[in-house]
Amino acid sequence: MSTKKKTAWNAGLIAALLILLFLLEQVLPSSSMLFTVLKKGAIYALVAVSMNLLNGFTGLFSLGQAGFMLLGAYTYAIFTIPVESRNSVYQYFDGGIIQFTLPVPVALIAGGIVAAVFAYLIGLPVLRLKSDYLAIATLGFAEIIRAVFQWDKLGPITNGSNLLRNFPSFRSVIFPFVAAGICIALIVMLINSTYGRAFKAIRDDEIAAEAMGINLAHHKRLAFVISSFFAGISGGLLAMYQTTIQASMFKSAMTYEILLIVVIGGIGSVTGSCISSFLFIACSEWWLRFLDNENLYIGGFHVPLLRPGFRKVVFAVVIMAVVLFYRQGIMGTREFSVEGISNFFKKKLSGKKEKKGGSSRE
Amino acid sequence: MSNILEVKDLHVSYGGIKAVKEISFEVPKGEVVTLIGANGAGKSSTLRSIVGLVKPESGSIQFEGAELAGLSTDQIVSKGITLVPEGRRVFPDLTVLENLKIGAYMRKDSLEEDLKWVHDLFPRLKERSWQLAGTLSGGEQQMLAIGRALMSKPELIMMDEPSLGLAPIIVQGVFDIIREINKQGVTILLVEQNANMALKAADKGYVMETGRITLTGTGMELLENEEVKAAYLGKAKDK
Repeated sequence: MSTKKKTAWNAGLIAALLILLFLLEQVLPSSSMLFTVLKKGAIYALVAVSMNLLNGFTGLFSLGQAGFMLLGAYTYAIFTIPVESRNSVYQYFDGGIIQFTLPVPVALIAGGIVAAVFAYLIGLPVLRLKSDYLAIATLGFAEIIRAVFQWDKLGPITNGSNLLRNFPSFRSVIFPFVAAGICIALIVMLINSTYGRAFKAIRDDEIAAEAMGINLAHHKRLAFVISSFFAGISGGLLAMYQTTIQASMFKSAMTYEILLIVVIGGIGSVTGSCISSFLFIACSEWWLRFLDNENLYIGGFHVPLLRPGFRKVVFAVVIMAVVLFYRQGIMGTREFSVEGISNFFKKKLSGKKEKKGGSSRE
Repeated sequence: MSNILEVKDLHVSYGGIKAVKEISFEVPKGEVVTLIGANGAGKSSTLRSIVGLVKPESGSIQFEGAELAGLSTDQIVSKGITLVPEGRRVFPDLTVLENLKIGAYMRKDSLEEDLKWVHDLFPRLKERSWQLAGTLSGGEQQMLAIGRALMSKPELIMMDEPSLGLAPIIVQGVFDIIREINKQGVTILLVEQNANMALKAADKGYVMETGRITLTGTGMELLENEEVKAAYLGKAKDK
């Protein structure tokens, strides 16, 4: 398939997806769980892809994602709360010290930049570490950030451990899809560039990559900063989705959720991360909800075992099953593409033909 | 003929252990030079310090008159030296083509011509362009490692045991390629344990033992040398 045809197909698919979303919004009530899943799924897809850029493509095992999301979310919230409602939000801190607002897109990007700056500073010492040690250090960083943001002395900026609210959020599901889509497209372009190739070379063999003239420290830092930048943006989007934020929300459990999405989707597959993020959110928020219903009757039969929290047990089992049966995750390192699907069907068709040919010989 | 590389009084140590003790040698432009020696003689350390993967403790390494000691690897590679690391070390999860492109990472100009050059040298790599490098055979991986190094258009290519773990017939092929590359104007510094093959291919040879150079000569002289024969070619010393 020619590249022109491919881009045409992809553009068509994206347009179709957006039209479908638009139509769904007209038809279904806005309180439908479907939209919750789609919104949160799109945001998580972006974090998962940003984490995959680091863990799957550069081979740096980092667990700082929640920390960078927190930075992005707080930056977004702090700079977009309308001046008139600052007094009520920062009620214990005399309205805070920041008395201006930024437009939403600017604030989102600012969130990314703040996360990237922190990533650069943290990266200087931390990126000398490898594998598990790097994971521990970044996890520690995320925890420290969370604690610092709850500190009273920073209250005039961060509102201490109180909620930040009243900042602009989105209603339509189109917004997170477009925002996350643009960011993911940028990450994909990066991965397919010479930089992406250098990242993969570092993942495969550091010494050989260095011998080829790839500056290890520089490229690792680059991957770390870019990944954090997009984590920051997704943090901003998450703040918009949640409508209120609090530092205590960004626990390490959040990083583990994202890590789980990356692993289930396939380490080193962008589309895998996207697919599994929607599946993950749908399972945890929607499809398994009925398991929490203690009084579920099918006909006259009272389904046993069900009680609040049982959903989580089943979910854990599902995840274990997925990991057992798909060792490489759903997608492995492959990507989901128009070309791949058309090849798949072509193979199926030609396979059938061969079978026919075989039977006629008998 | 001028020397492309001159190493003087090079010391390399890892912690307290001295791996290379005050060695000096030169590589004339356009020739094949080999360093032979047993395991632990310091051959690989020498190569690694030339390309900047290991910082030399003291001594000077001059490449076309410019000092290399203290420069970072990417700076050294961009000057025109490439290392084919020991044990091939191709990038297993990248395709053959991507591996080759990584070799040209320091270059910003067009790669078409050099890709064609490498593909002419190794037609097998062209056939397998889309295959993951990890699925190639050992011999093919060695070809890829050499091809990848050539993609940076080096003036000096250093090979660390290219015959390691390969069948004799493949080793013969690798050495044929080495001579072919040399004919096309690339200077080669070869580190080998396979002394017989290496000395036959080389214009000049150095024998290393426990961090020092103990013998020097042309390839033929060393092949005839009794001590070399006894130590590396498996023939008893005449008494």
